[in-house]
Amino acid sequence: MNIQAAITIYKFEMARFRRTIFQSLVAPIITTSLYFVVFGAAIGSKIETINGVSYGSFIVPGLIMLYLMTESINNAAFGIYFPKFVGSIFEVLSAPVSSLEATIGYVGAAASKSTIIGLMIFLTSNLFVTHDIKYPLVMAIFIILTAITFSLFGFIIGIWAQNWEKLSIIPTLLVTPLVFLGGSFYSIDMLPDFWQKVSLLNPVFYLISGFRWSFFGTSEIPIALSIVAILSFMAICLAVIAIIFKTGYRLRT
Amino acid sequence: MKSQISIENVSKVFGRHKALNNVSLEIKEGEIFALLGPNGAGKTTLISAICGLCRQSSGNIKVNNFDTLTHYKETRNQIGLVPQELPLDGFESVYNSCQFSRGLFGLKDSRDHIEKILKTLSLFDKRDEQIFGLSGGMKRRLLIAKALAHEPKILFLDEPTAGVDVSLRRDIWRLIEDQKKMGVTIILTTHYIEEAEQLADRVGIINSGEIILVKEKTALMSEFSKKTTFIRLSKKLKNPSFMKKNKKISLTENGMTLKLVGINNKSNELQSIVNMLSQNGIAFTEINTVDNSLEDIFLDLVETQ
Ligand SMILES: Nc1ncnc2c1ncn2[C@@H]1O[C@H](COP(=O)(O)OP(=O)(O)O)[C@@H](O)[C@H]1O
Ligand SMILES: [Mg+2]
Repeated sequence: MNIQAAITIYKFEMARFRRTIFQSLVAPIITTSLYFVVFGAAIGSKIETINGVSYGSFIVPGLIMLYLMTESINNAAFGIYFPKFVGSIFEVLSAPVSSLEATIGYVGAAASKSTIIGLMIFLTSNLFVTHDIKYPLVMAIFIILTAITFSLFGFIIGIWAQNWEKLSIIPTLLVTPLVFLGGSFYSIDMLPDFWQKVSLLNPVFYLISGFRWSFFGTSEIPIALSIVAILSFMAICLAVIAIIFKTGYRLRT
Repeated sequence: MKSQISIENVSKVFGRHKALNNVSLEIKEGEIFALLGPNGAGKTTLISAICGLCRQSSGNIKVNNFDTLTHYKETRNQIGLVPQELPLDGFESVYNSCQFSRGLFGLKDSRDHIEKILKTLSLFDKRDEQIFGLSGGMKRRLLIAKALAHEPKILFLDEPTAGVDVSLRRDIWRLIEDQKKMGVTIILTTHYIEEAEQLADRVGIINSGEIILVKEKTALMSEFSKKTTFIRLSKKLKNPSFMKKNKKISLTENGMTLKLVGINNKSNELQSIVNMLSQNGIAFTEINTVDNSLEDIFLDLVETQ
């Protein structure tokens, strides 16, 4: 196995992150702070506690998940789309690099970046609310699994996309709504019956719910279901990537 | 010399268009092979198939007896590729970009090696600059440096001198010759015949996805070599009778010059023509002989296809 190649791609992608670290980190931190001011302090003070958790604390896991998912997708999609766009991908395709090694490099870097952003948001949230994490290990596992899974998903989008519009269409039209409707900022118990049922069809709901459980020890659905959901999504993404590389789809003519 | 790359009956179809049509070709270890052909002939497609950028629709390609599809790690390990275009990530620095190329081949960073290559290609002073800022010529140099970063045994150059200035062309030619001395096998594509003439050990001519001919360059030159001799006359001539007997002779420049194509040295043909001119009282001021270049051979071949 050409581990050196995976490390090389990983380092190269992380170097790109370092070059743009200011935009990469400052934007999420400022937006998160605004969320806390608006939802946590202003509106949150009018909302009663949810399952014994103050509203300000309640939205922390949702916010982290929101960023983790969107940043993972965007980073991974861009990471592979950009070299495809400028043509420099030829180097990876003509090197003795297997699809697995390339995926580890690109997806690993994207997942690392979004994990760092997720942690920064968590640290920022500590400026506004105090909370004890009930199950820190579960929280870490959730962060990592989510980052990897959504980076795999973004990687697929980046390979599929043939122009910049396509690159952003799935994140904006599909993922952002799913994340917002998946209970980032509310408990689905607050919804009417019908919309509660609809929420159960939203895969993102299971992740946010499970992640929130690691913070507070309470959630709408059992934690095991959340773990199964994220692992299934990961398996689907891995299978799609395997097919992409096997057929050379959109990479090799 | 043993065969290093062996291409067997390779075809590549894009939709309905056959970019490569049953191509078979052997590349020998240590040679410079020039693949010559007009635009759209299939040169880039053939290189791409060998290097793993595209998959042939049928046929096999072997590099050192390894199949390029089933044993791609073994085959690609040997190969450095300088593409035709300038596909570079502009945000990266020159040095890091080379280091990236090397790393992809599983090699640890070697500052010595990369700096040496950058020096050879006059890029050393630019090593910490972003690629964005480089001129087109510099970018081409960088692509060569990147291809050499993992010390390949086989080097592909796809139209390396298309659109570059004279000094860079010289540098590239020198570099190709140096690489050959180091034992590297070189395959270059070009539509500049001069380039093939200058560098190649063997020349393959490709047109419309088919290899028309593969020959040692010297054999190609002598086999197809036709001399053309121009005899400049003192007075204008009009359809002299001797021209009807000899098909090799024609009149040009309004009857001021006799053009003799494919004069045979061995049988003193020129001598007898000159004698004949004297006998007919035709005076001349100048005799000029030019060798047909590979260019003419090439055009002849492509046009008669
Ligand atoms: N990805 C592609 N899709 C469709 N047609 C292609 C593609 N790549 C090359 N071709 C066609 O194949 C033929 C050979 O192209 P190419 O190998 O680039 O020629 P050359 O390098 O000799 O100029 C051309 O007619 C070109 O239009
Ligand atoms: Mg070409």
